[in-house]
Amino acid sequence: MHSSEFIEPIRIATPAAPGVVRAALARAGRGFMTHVVPPLVIIGILVLIWQMLGSRPGAALPPPTKVVQDTLELIVSPFYDRGGNDVGIAWQLLASLKRVAYGYSLAVLVGVSLGVLVGQSTWALRALDPLFQVLRTVPPLAWLPISLAGFRDGHPSAIFVIFITSIWPIIINTSIGIRNIPEDYRNVAKVVRLNGIEYFAKIMLPAAAPFIFSGLRIGVGLSWLAIIAAEMLIGGVGIGFFIWDAWNSSRISDIILALFYVGLIGFALDRIVAFIANKVTRGTAAS
Amino acid sequence: MSNQNYLSISRVDMTFAGAGGAHPVLAGISLDVRRGEYISLIGHSGCGKSTVLSIVAGLLKATSGGVILDGREVNEPGPDRAVVFQNHSLLPWLTVYQNVAIAADKIFKGSRTAAERREWVLHNLAMVNMAHALDRLPSEISGGMKQRVGIARALSMEPKVLLLDEPFGALDALTRARLQDEVVRIQSGLGNTVMMITHDVDEAVLMSDRVVMMTNGPSATIGQVLGIPLPRPRNRIALAEDATYNRCRQEILTFLYEKQRKVEPVGARTSRPMPPMLTPSAIAAMKLA
Repeated sequence: MHSSEFIEPIRIATPAAPGVVRAALARAGRGFMTHVVPPLVIIGILVLIWQMLGSRPGAALPPPTKVVQDTLELIVSPFYDRGGNDVGIAWQLLASLKRVAYGYSLAVLVGVSLGVLVGQSTWALRALDPLFQVLRTVPPLAWLPISLAGFRDGHPSAIFVIFITSIWPIIINTSIGIRNIPEDYRNVAKVVRLNGIEYFAKIMLPAAAPFIFSGLRIGVGLSWLAIIAAEMLIGGVGIGFFIWDAWNSSRISDIILALFYVGLIGFALDRIVAFIANKVTRGTAAS
Repeated sequence: MSNQNYLSISRVDMTFAGAGGAHPVLAGISLDVRRGEYISLIGHSGCGKSTVLSIVAGLLKATSGGVILDGREVNEPGPDRAVVFQNHSLLPWLTVYQNVAIAADKIFKGSRTAAERREWVLHNLAMVNMAHALDRLPSEISGGMKQRVGIARALSMEPKVLLLDEPFGALDALTRARLQDEVVRIQSGLGNTVMMITHDVDEAVLMSDRVVMMTNGPSATIGQVLGIPLPRPRNRIALAEDATYNRCRQEILTFLYEKQRKVEPVGARTSRPMPPMLTPSAIAAMKLA
């Protein structure tokens, strides 16, 4: 999770002397060579192997060229809408993202609040921790039937599954962060006589922020994992349903394209939370 | 209340309840401090010096006995007893300016305007020579600079007593010497009453009006109080050959290493070697060499 290397940002010198520009370009070029070229080479090799394996006669899975050929329509027009379930892949992804947004926001709100409670109060920790430790090991999909029974509708059930999947790391990390606030910070607050609200906003939240955000990052990853699985079962709309539907109608190329998008979006969600963490904690959270 | 006992610690006992029963740390600590006096508490590590400081700060409650400051009993922490903590304890997400402002803004919220408070924060940071680094984060400045900011934060509270808990303990010898001189300069300018914890004999003699020597725990108490009759300002280089200075030093060393020799239990954690110090005696040794 912690990246030890990072690309030095190129600073813009105001009256850029030619030497400075050249040095900056050289630095950018080096950054490109060391950070962009290696993954490109590996991806190229993997695609090549995939192409060779997929092109053999009797191969079960299509090679990349065939995938692109089959899914060209989905790639070039992601926003088409022919009614019913026959909509572009972007709409499917957006539907899933919307569910994640609802479920995850709820989990952040409830998770951070419960985490603060458990972190602050030893009594609450003793009372709730055993419950958390057991419930957090329940797999996301095991929650689905019970929530379908409770809500009698697919949409709120999917949101609930996301909520219940992503809340545990948020609670646990928040409470650890609050418990680990150095005694000195508390003493500073006492000497200055900050009141409860000031202590919460000025000391507790910022001090625990690196821990809270690592919980939020794990949580967003889990909620994206959960939504795909949940949508396969509840049907209707969403990228998970799209994949299941493609399997049922043997559109293997569509599945491969969908997986590609799912991966990219999961990656993007993680980076967004990491970016916010970095902004909020001024670089004290691991990025 | 008089200037003679501005700060009074009277018959303070402290017992911690721990594994294996009660653990008496302090027994019968009594001390009167004049207004504007610079007091050092010295003793072996673990003798309870910091506990005394925490009780004066109000961060710990004495088992029995009490502390009176300027005619009022101390029973909770407050800005009139600002603490400079050993490890600076700056808030890492706030800049140098904000770390001082969080105290000044809270304490003077009702009594000063925002502009006056800003001016006051800047004034205190200028006093410790940190005006050039207002927007730096604690992670971007050196240990000595962090401790300066910690001192500025404490001074900005306009405390009646400034409590220093081994403020120079984590610094290298050169930084330590410079910061000691600056704290003395600031203290003589503002006339603060100061109580400092230290385990450095030279630091105690160089900076204090009186040195309070504590016996070893458990049930530690004040063993001896030594007045330092050296005129101010004191010059650490000139003092190296000063007879009074060396007599005071000698007396404290005798107390610590002969009367209160620390007997480490076998298998105790190995003590960290002390960094070399730029003390008058060290300077004298260098001159002899």
